[in-house]
Amino acid sequence: MLLRHTTAKEIDRKALTINPAKTCQPVGAMYAALGIHGCLPHSHGSQGCCAYHRSALTRHFKEPVLASTSSFSEGSSVFGGASNLTQAIQTIFKVYNPDIIAVHTTCLSETIGDDLNSIVSKADEDGLIPEGKKVIYCNTPSYVGSHITGYSNQVAALVKFFSKSTSHKCNVINLVNGWMEPSDQREIKRIAKMMEIRTIMFPDMTDSLDTPLTGKYDMFPKGGVTQEDLTATGDSRFSIGIGPDCTENTCVKLDEKCHVKYDVVDIPIGLKATDRFIMSLSHHSGLPVPGCINDERGRLLDMVADNSKYLYGKRVALYGDPDTLVPLVEFLISLDMKPVYVITGSESNYFNKHMEKMLKNISGAKYKSGELADTFRLHQWIKQEGVDMIFGNTYAKYIARDEDIPLIRIGFPIADRPGHNFFPITGYVGATNLVIQILNAFLDKQDRTCEEEKVEFQM
Amino acid sequence: MEKKDTSKEIDLSTFKEEVLKAYPSKVAKKRSKAIVYNDPDSRPVIQANVRTIPGIITQRGCTYAGCKGVVLGPSRDILNITHGPIGCGFYSWLTRRNQTRPEGQDDPNFITYAFTTDMHEKNIVFGGEEKLKQAIREAYEIFHPKAIAIFSTCPVGLIGDDVHRVARQMMEEIGNGVIIFGFSCEGYRGVSQSAGHHIANNGLFKNLIGRDDTVEGKFPFRVNLLGEYNIGGDGFAIDDLFKRCGVQLVSTMSGNSTLQKFERAHTADLDLVMCHRSINYVASMLETAYGIPWISVNFIGAHTTVKSLRKIGEYFNDANLKARIEKVIAEEEVKVKKELEKVYPKTKDKLVMLFVGGSRAHHYQMLFNELGMRTITAGYEFGHRDDYEGRRVIPTIQIDADSRNIEEITVTKDPRYRLRKTPEEIEALEKEGLDFDNYEGMMADMTKGTLVIDDISQYEMEKLIEMYHPDIFCAGIKEKYVVQKMGIPLKQLHNYDSGGPYAGFEGAINFYKDIEQIVCCSIWKELKAPWEKDGECIEAEYVG
Repeated sequence: MLLRHTTAKEIDRKALTINPAKTCQPVGAMYAALGIHGCLPHSHGSQGCCAYHRSALTRHFKEPVLASTSSFSEGSSVFGGASNLTQAIQTIFKVYNPDIIAVHTTCLSETIGDDLNSIVSKADEDGLIPEGKKVIYCNTPSYVGSHITGYSNQVAALVKFFSKSTSHKCNVINLVNGWMEPSDQREIKRIAKMMEIRTIMFPDMTDSLDTPLTGKYDMFPKGGVTQEDLTATGDSRFSIGIGPDCTENTCVKLDEKCHVKYDVVDIPIGLKATDRFIMSLSHHSGLPVPGCINDERGRLLDMVADNSKYLYGKRVALYGDPDTLVPLVEFLISLDMKPVYVITGSESNYFNKHMEKMLKNISGAKYKSGELADTFRLHQWIKQEGVDMIFGNTYAKYIARDEDIPLIRIGFPIADRPGHNFFPITGYVGATNLVIQILNAFLDKQDRTCEEEKVEFQM
Repeated sequence: MEKKDTSKEIDLSTFKEEVLKAYPSKVAKKRSKAIVYNDPDSRPVIQANVRTIPGIITQRGCTYAGCKGVVLGPSRDILNITHGPIGCGFYSWLTRRNQTRPEGQDDPNFITYAFTTDMHEKNIVFGGEEKLKQAIREAYEIFHPKAIAIFSTCPVGLIGDDVHRVARQMMEEIGNGVIIFGFSCEGYRGVSQSAGHHIANNGLFKNLIGRDDTVEGKFPFRVNLLGEYNIGGDGFAIDDLFKRCGVQLVSTMSGNSTLQKFERAHTADLDLVMCHRSINYVASMLETAYGIPWISVNFIGAHTTVKSLRKIGEYFNDANLKARIEKVIAEEEVKVKKELEKVYPKTKDKLVMLFVGGSRAHHYQMLFNELGMRTITAGYEFGHRDDYEGRRVIPTIQIDADSRNIEEITVTKDPRYRLRKTPEEIEALEKEGLDFDNYEGMMADMTKGTLVIDDISQYEMEKLIEMYHPDIFCAGIKEKYVVQKMGIPLKQLHNYDSGGPYAGFEGAINFYKDIEQIVCCSIWKELKAPWEKDGECIEAEYVG
């Protein structure tokens, strides 16, 4: 057994996290910064942080992930990292020449109390930031929140550094992206285009973390939201935050700064969350829902209706991020499946509130978020009473193999399969993809393991 | 990128000047010392193991990664707790491909687990020692390990948590013979992973090695294999060879290792050093304390495997052992030759660039040589000058502030010290070609005029590819897709992508096949669409 020490017997843990269901803030900030055009994320801390974050993101996307580091030494940890960051700014603009450097902190620079505002202002006063270039920054202490907090902080910083309101409002909707795959964002863009809505999407990882192979490498790919668009977000008529934990903060900040009203919706994963997302888009743009979207919805329903018997009553365990889990659990319930165990390592009232409501009629269902909500605990629950399927990142495969249950890979990181940055799980098309994945996992298992005489030609 | 004709001589001489142009003058000055042209007979001085310039995109990681990730990570029955915020423990969870094979279903294996104290703001403000203690209690209650190791991350040192004191206190509190020890391997110490290797070596020596004098094993020729981490099963391949030759492997540091093997390492009679950089400290300490001499070996490559096995035979100077070794070599060489004959025509004359690790950029050149491939440039991510120029330069290496703050432990003769060979025997063996306590470094095996670059930057890597169009580039995950977007395949030599083992004869054959696949892979020829190719106009074709 891979996880041979995991047993059904839980003790009341207070301090030891085992097999976490979250990681630290800076990786989220780095991911978000990759959705800005011409931007180099910069990690203000030890080299290891930058190396680990780049490796984690690279393994997941199988794409170049470039970022620089302040390369702290023991000296900088004692005397502060100002000179490291100042030197980094000079070196980066001379050697790599990005339009924007997006600095985020780490537990090291936060513990010693480096003040990014004064370091960057000083660098600017000293003429180290070339004309037309920008150094933006955000605080992402690793000992507060999780990777989604870091993502949220980086996205909120975009409002602080770019958004401006002129007296001229534009008929544009801001789509503030939560933590999704480039594929999910591309699908959302496609939906908005079908509805003929003018949008500014930020951050935008399409064409940034799903770039084609051409033989030419561009350190700053064509994707990512542009500075012009970021500036213009202050003049948009409305913002839709997609995924509360990752985007609400940004929507609030933009409203405060530029008076852009907002709606925060669940990530459109599954039928009902997509329904609500489409209605929000339609309502706030004042545009009707075109028939082609009804067709996509109808095709999803048709496929689910045809295969519902394979889904009914199936017990599922899930872990991941709150913004993904809430609509995903809702979708599974709408498929008549039973999400019985749900875990997120991130602290989240949004998660707790929705899980309480959604899971109250599912007997034996359990959920937990925040500190000590880890995959070891989830596995212990599975040992107590089994499930038919598990949803999670690549680490879930160790549980899946030990328990001989099918795994649907959703989350971060997915280091062992391609496809997640190509095939969306958002929108009706994404929901269809997801149902197909679920069905294939069940039916493949049945075909492989059932008695010979029970093998069905038609399923 | 369009392939250039690589049959003509490669002119590397303009590279250095060209690449340095892009840097600010101070940076250029510093980088110029890390980029040298090799001469194996008169090895140039290379700048290595110095700080990376902030803002330069480097391959390097941190001290924690070297200590927890590299050296202690591969051990399966020591429960490793990362003391810090959530990230460090998370990123070092199962990401290094060190395989392990517990002997029975009930034997402990913690490699699939990540343990962390997940420090929160209150722990940073008020101290994290109490949380660490509680975490250790819980780890013991749930897992009953024989040993627990604690790894410090950046904030731990800054806030003054004393992991060593906590270890002592908890060892006393728990009792039951459990060993608990800490590592001050905060990420900011040192300039790369290398500092972490050193700290880990010290910890192994102080806390584990020498605790158990039991001498076990059916063969009398007892060795330790140091600096072999069983990535992709390399250690298994070597282990298998040793069994067939009748060599007793006492411990491997640290691939597929267990607590007991560390504890008994001092009962071996010869230390074989694979990755010099990460483990040479333990080799030296074992010699000083217990009298075990060490030699460098390299099981990466069929020829070097032959040489390494023969060195072992020579050292023990036993006719039966030598005969068994020769028998294995003879059997294996037939298989190797057969495979190489198939692959060689496809690989010969291809160009390689190798930027990885602290020994692999050297060792893998031997495998590429067997394939007839030319390594025109190579360098380490975290090597020191001795890994390039050979150990003879160690006395001339200036100790800077970053190295000075890494503990050097004083090792003295242990009461169990036993001279394995008399000075006369050592002298005689040296005449036979055995080179004790030495590593000649990478430069000795690279031809004149090749480029050696330490701590290569992203920019330098791009420039190398742009100027010289290698057929294969070897580095790690962070470089992989950058290089591949340029149309050049990248083979990861930290973790082997999903390949391996590459050690020993079996490994060499695997490597030949994998490199054949890479250089023959068809997709790289399709990068241009038909309508993008020069001189091709689009013609309509109709189905007849």
